[in-house]
Amino acid sequence: MRTPLRPLARILRARDTGENPDLIERENLARRHEAISDRQHARAAARLGLLALAFGAFYLTIGIRMGHLAASEPMEPVASAPGAEIVAQRADITDRNGRILATNMTTHALYAHPADMVDPKGTASQLAEIFPELDAAQLERRFTDGRKFVWIRKVLSPEQVQKVHEIGDPGLLFGPREMRLYPNGTLAAHVLGGYAFGAEGVHSAEVIGTAGIEKAMDARLRDPAQGGTPLALSIDLSVQATVEEVLSAGITMLNARGGAAIIMDVNTGEIIAMASAPTFDPNDRPVPLVSKDAEPSDSPLFNRAVQGVYELGSTFKIFAAAQAMELGLVNPDTMVDANAPMIWGKHKIKEFEGKNYGPLLSVTDVIAKSSNVGTAHIALMIGPLRQQAFLKSLGFFEPTPLELVEAPGAKPLIPRKWPEIVTITTSYGHGMSASPMHLAAAYAAIANGGIYLKPTLLKQDGPAKGVRVLSESVAAEAVRMLRGVVTHGTASLAEVPGYEVAGKTGTADKPKKSGGYYKDKVINTFASVFPASDPRYVVLVTLDEPVDTSGPKPKRTAGWTSVPVAAEMIRRVAPILGLRPKVELAQDSTLTAAQN
Amino acid sequence: MRPVLYVLTFLGLIALGFWAYRENYATQTALREVRALQSEIADLREALSVQRAEWAYLNRPDRLRELAGVNFDRLGLLPMEPGQFGTPAQVAFPVPEIPAIEGPSDTIGGVTAVEDTAADQAEAIAAGTAEEGL
Repeated sequence: MRTPLRPLARILRARDTGENPDLIERENLARRHEAISDRQHARAAARLGLLALAFGAFYLTIGIRMGHLAASEPMEPVASAPGAEIVAQRADITDRNGRILATNMTTHALYAHPADMVDPKGTASQLAEIFPELDAAQLERRFTDGRKFVWIRKVLSPEQVQKVHEIGDPGLLFGPREMRLYPNGTLAAHVLGGYAFGAEGVHSAEVIGTAGIEKAMDARLRDPAQGGTPLALSIDLSVQATVEEVLSAGITMLNARGGAAIIMDVNTGEIIAMASAPTFDPNDRPVPLVSKDAEPSDSPLFNRAVQGVYELGSTFKIFAAAQAMELGLVNPDTMVDANAPMIWGKHKIKEFEGKNYGPLLSVTDVIAKSSNVGTAHIALMIGPLRQQAFLKSLGFFEPTPLELVEAPGAKPLIPRKWPEIVTITTSYGHGMSASPMHLAAAYAAIANGGIYLKPTLLKQDGPAKGVRVLSESVAAEAVRMLRGVVTHGTASLAEVPGYEVAGKTGTADKPKKSGGYYKDKVINTFASVFPASDPRYVVLVTLDEPVDTSGPKPKRTAGWTSVPVAAEMIRRVAPILGLRPKVELAQDSTLTAAQN
Repeated sequence: MRPVLYVLTFLGLIALGFWAYRENYATQTALREVRALQSEIADLREALSVQRAEWAYLNRPDRLRELAGVNFDRLGLLPMEPGQFGTPAQVAFPVPEIPAIEGPSDTIGGVTAVEDTAADQAEAIAAGTAEEGL
């Protein structure tokens, strides 16, 4: 019922009494507004209540679900992604073609609960029979001294498991174990490194990398999200096997203490093969040497290709020549002073065996004949600051960025001060030390047209991006000079028909621990690129204390040691890499004519 | 009418209960089957990884090299050499067979030249293969 705003009865009465009838209207109006606002208030309250209820239900649902998730046992999802959770924990490592280099295998660990043992003494002696490295008396003591739990062995073969089962003692128990397996044995051992068990429990044990790429890429290999996808390395298994075979044959033939070889793709920076000898079996990694007198390089664990920081000798000369050409100081035919011996202050710079190639020699011949004096004069034209900057741009001042845990530790040895005599010695590879990997990366920069690429052990999808350090024409000129070393210089034994090998030899005396150099201990390096007309690969061979005794006089220069080894390596590896030898093809045109 | 409706509802309820009961057990069976299959998959995966490892172990390069050496008499395998690359020109293509022409066939120019044409063809092809052999 709508009440009128001006009820006639009251108005009349008000008029009679002389009151203002408008007041009545206002009063009624106020009352009506009050009623309206009451109604709206109630409706708003109801809506808010409903909203609160909805939110309450929403949060309650989430809360219950969270509580349920927290309190319930985790269960593998039944219908989704069958088997995804079963995949082995640690990712496999494969070569660039997907062949397995490291994988996992399920085996058993053996432990004992001595309290449950029926016959501790008999069990101990039988176990000692199965595992010769265990001592029966010691085992028995451990079984009987009251402890509740004894680890016996970390990894058992299936045959050993069967034999332990046959003992039949209820106190002997097995725990599942995932172990790392390197099916290729010693192959690429220095790249792979090794593994060990981390935290160990009865039901499982952590497998962690201890060296090489296993340790450097540990986080990636253990990442459960990537457990199913193997880590593809840039290594090619067949090439690696061949390189190791040739290298070890060369070391045996030349009575070297060790050696290293690297094959690198110049366009991607990928390391196709990397070998260091002597080597080891990562399945049964030897213990590192601990004695103080032992040099690290005595251990087979020492990766000469990356950790072997030595003076690399004349292989450095091409950098001086290339930089001088880049700066426009010389061209390949410029004659430079090569009159030996060269006197610089109190230093005397001599040539190999006191020869003199001078008085003048073209830059090409400085490289081909490996003239120290000629290179020294070129380096003096460049000057210390520019020389340092160039070597820095080639990566010689930093450890290699290789994906190996050993790589960051192998810092090049750089002289602290850089007077002009250091400029001279560095130009022919003395006074500063770097690893063969540094040298391979720098040669790759020359070979690929002047772009420095970071060497990598991981498979790359395409050509990598790098920093330009030389112009293309200078790089090509430098490769031509290196080719000259092989065609009419110190590395004539490197000629492999069809593959146009270009390279530079380097012979450096080994430094004594007490200072100075050994007279008859050398490190021989041959850094090469092939094919020279369109360089694809860098091949680097370095040998530690090699000596060629085939002639009447022992020969210790790289030309007689590292070079033939590298040549044989190229001859064997190039066909595997799919490179055709360049030969003149005759009668091509007559054939097409005959076809029709 | 109403009693009939009651009875029908009741029967419907029983039917639904029966269906739910069956579905429940069917689900449980399916779940059990999935669990069995999953453990089978796990076993097979493990076997697969063992076999892959074994394949890699048996095909390790030094073993293959040794086997190639042992079986040299039968297989005569040697390491790859640069000289083993060939060109398509060195492939001996099979001599194409020339279909025999039986009886004189009618051509536009007349029948007399038929035999000569066949002989010419054979000769041309023989010459071609001879040159190809070079």
